[in-house]
Amino acid sequence: MKKLLAISVFVLSFAVLRTSDASAQKPTPSDDEVNRIAHQLYCPVCENTPLDVCPTEACRQWRDLIRQQLSQGWTEDRIKQYFVDQYGVRVLAEPPRTGLNWLMYVLPPLLILAGAFILFRAMQTWIKPPAASPNPTPDTEAPRDHYIASLEEELKRRG
Amino acid sequence: MTDSAITAPRRRGVPLWTQIIIWAILVGLLVLVAVTLNRSQQGTVQPGDKINDFNMTMFTGYELNGASQVNLSGLHGKLVMINFWASWCKPCEQEAADLRTAWDYYKDSGKVVFIGVDYVDTEPEARAYLQKFDITYPNGPDLGTKVSQLFRIRGVPESYFVDQSGVLRHVQIGPFTTMDEIRAIIDPLLQ
Repeated sequence: MKKLLAISVFVLSFAVLRTSDASAQKPTPSDDEVNRIAHQLYCPVCENTPLDVCPTEACRQWRDLIRQQLSQGWTEDRIKQYFVDQYGVRVLAEPPRTGLNWLMYVLPPLLILAGAFILFRAMQTWIKPPAASPNPTPDTEAPRDHYIASLEEELKRRG
Repeated sequence: MTDSAITAPRRRGVPLWTQIIIWAILVGLLVLVAVTLNRSQQGTVQPGDKINDFNMTMFTGYELNGASQVNLSGLHGKLVMINFWASWCKPCEQEAADLRTAWDYYKDSGKVVFIGVDYVDTEPEARAYLQKFDITYPNGPDLGTKVSQLFRIRGVPESYFVDQSGVLRHVQIGPFTTMDEIRAIIDPLLQ
């Protein structure tokens, strides 16, 4: 009886260990999971081509590398850092907010705001009526024609 | 007529300090664009240029005399051939055998060093390439593309010959076609 009990315990323990081994295995990352990270990276060789849509063999190898790293439990940040260490910052779809890169994030909104302000001021001047021109003073009056002056004097005399 | 001097309304302009700031920003942007354009138009390094020192970590099994770290400055006194390649580069395969043969020819002289720089590649594929062509000279990845940016390469394969004092002597854009072509470059530089 004791022997039977020992064997049962052994068999059950073995079964539990095998089950736990099976549940500890990470499933193969799906294409969506790989592409979600690949979309944030650019092909290091091709111009302006995101890694998730790049058709070259080299890009396929890089996506396989991402899949392998995901299956090893690497986080998204760690994978991206790996690619930066290997291929440089230019591999990132979104440049890091360091150094002169800040200009790319700050300048466009600033320029848009500046343009809107300039346009607003310009439209204000279009809408406002022009200021009334001052009445001409005798000094500014154009010298009258001598003939016209004589004619007016004659007309006054006649009535 | 009445003398009624109506003064024109005073126009409010942009304050001076604002104008100065706007102009300063515009000039700064223009300078930045000019510097960037100038750098992009520079082209690869040219013969006669002094090559700045750089450091590389070699692939395991492809060290230089057992050293996994290689500095260009540590190779002064020797003629250094720096070859940029990649496993995905088909033209690189055309010259792989000739480079291997050339290395076998020169390695025992102690006067010439070949350095292979693996450009934007993955290590498994790079190793497969090196094994496929039985390449034994020192090779390592161009981490962060620092070395390729130093030479301002336009693609692969490209080879650069740096003389014993660290001055670039010859640039080879594209693959070598024969072993004799490589010797024709190296032999005069050794004299």
